[in-house]
Amino acid sequence: MALLFLAAAQADNVRDVSASPPGASACLGCHGAAPTALPSLSGLSASDIETAMEQYRSGAREATLMNRIAKGFTPDESRAIAQWLAAKR
Amino acid sequence: MRATHPSRRSLLVGAATTVASFAAPALAQARPQVVVIGGGYAGATCARFLQREGVNVTLVEPAATYVSCPFSNAVIAGLRDISQQTFTYDAIAAQGVRVARQAATKIDRDSRRVTLADGTVLAYDRLVLAPGIDMNFTALPGYDLAASELLPHAWKAGPQTLLLRRQLEAMDDGGTVVISAPANPFRCPPGPYERASLIAWYLKTHKPKSKLIILDAKDAFSKQGLFTAAWKEIYGDMVEWVGLSGGGKVVEVKPGEKTFVTEFGDHRADVGNVIPPQRAGRIAIESGIADATGWCPIDPVTFESRAQAGVHVIGDAAVAGGMPKSAFAANAQAKACAQAMALMLRGGQAPEPKLINTCYSLVAPDYGISVAGVYAPSKGLLTDIAGAGGVSPAKAPASVRAAEAAYAEGWYKTITAEVFGS
Repeated sequence: MALLFLAAAQADNVRDVSASPPGASACLGCHGAAPTALPSLSGLSASDIETAMEQYRSGAREATLMNRIAKGFTPDESRAIAQWLAAKR
Repeated sequence: MRATHPSRRSLLVGAATTVASFAAPALAQARPQVVVIGGGYAGATCARFLQREGVNVTLVEPAATYVSCPFSNAVIAGLRDISQQTFTYDAIAAQGVRVARQAATKIDRDSRRVTLADGTVLAYDRLVLAPGIDMNFTALPGYDLAASELLPHAWKAGPQTLLLRRQLEAMDDGGTVVISAPANPFRCPPGPYERASLIAWYLKTHKPKSKLIILDAKDAFSKQGLFTAAWKEIYGDMVEWVGLSGGGKVVEVKPGEKTFVTEFGDHRADVGNVIPPQRAGRIAIESGIADATGWCPIDPVTFESRAQAGVHVIGDAAVAGGMPKSAFAANAQAKACAQAMALMLRGGQAPEPKLINTCYSLVAPDYGISVAGVYAPSKGLLTDIAGAGGVSPAKAPASVRAAEAAYAEGWYKTITAEVFGS
């Protein structure tokens, strides 16, 4: 029963938008629960996401678009976003 | 859906929200009431996110289904079926949002009530206006609702999309397609040029002796360098763009003759697509939420109307500073607005948001390009963050263009799942 409740909460991955850090909820427009040609972020840790953002920002990691997005966020903002995205899976 | 006795309801609800106690399910009757007008990308998103925050939400939308504009240009070009564009409100209703299948006819700003076409009155603590756009059928001489049956705008997806498609299918090879594009601001800045691209794809594939002319009321447009280079590369001389200073501004249309009149002369079309000037949806104009420009100024932190406290405006109807009128922007604004409203309804403060926009356009089925931006409030407007955003590179291998086309499709699947999906 507790597991079922937990599963339901995880499926409903947007419950806590009121606690989301600036910019985080916009990520979900492309990165949803199910992968498409675009990756889902489900299963990634906060540090995975934070590192990816840092690499997109610096150009160390190639991208078609995330390089342009990442430059709009500071390291602190990226960390907060990464933690929120990772925590709600 | 529930009709309320507004005065009593307003008093009860007003008292409840000041004590920030609505989260407990046992106090369901004390939950704040939000009415959301408009069930597109902005309104539907905001309704869902607010409901998850413990708010009682009524989504007011007269249409039984939503037909999505993003990717509707592919329908016009015969690359996609309109069923792939069509979504119901079933999942939203199943989640616990009340869906009122009615048009909103009146907003009483003082008593905080919305009247619907069937006479129902809904009280609200806060109101979300997400009415999208209306075609401005008084702005371009000759172009009214009746004219749109001959020269479709297809700028709201649905029957107009299919009408333009049928006209293209019926056109003889060697015909001329004319698209007129409006001055800024308007819904989907790259949209007219994606449409031109995909119609050119259809013509190249099925009617290669045909020609396409874009008559434009401006001298610059979104992703211009990428579009014009790709047109030349893929479609050769088939696509011709005429900007404002070249005589591209259409000053009148003659629907019966399918003629576009400019100050530099007339263009006769075999198929004509008029993308007319636009303004915020009717309810925003009639309720005085829109200003003289026809759009709704907002506070960039709360999305609250500059004209009326307690009314939040999101999506294409809003003046969102640097953010374009796009589905991505509407969805991102809706979530930021839901966050702000949830906190304000609990007696808290809205945080400074950051917003993102991403718009993909197809120049051909396997050739995608994009523009992105990141935004934050500055001097009362949502403003581009310098150094971020921008368009796809001017030079890129076909594999990158193909990847962006695939990402466009991926974005569409993800966002429509978030907005309308189970």
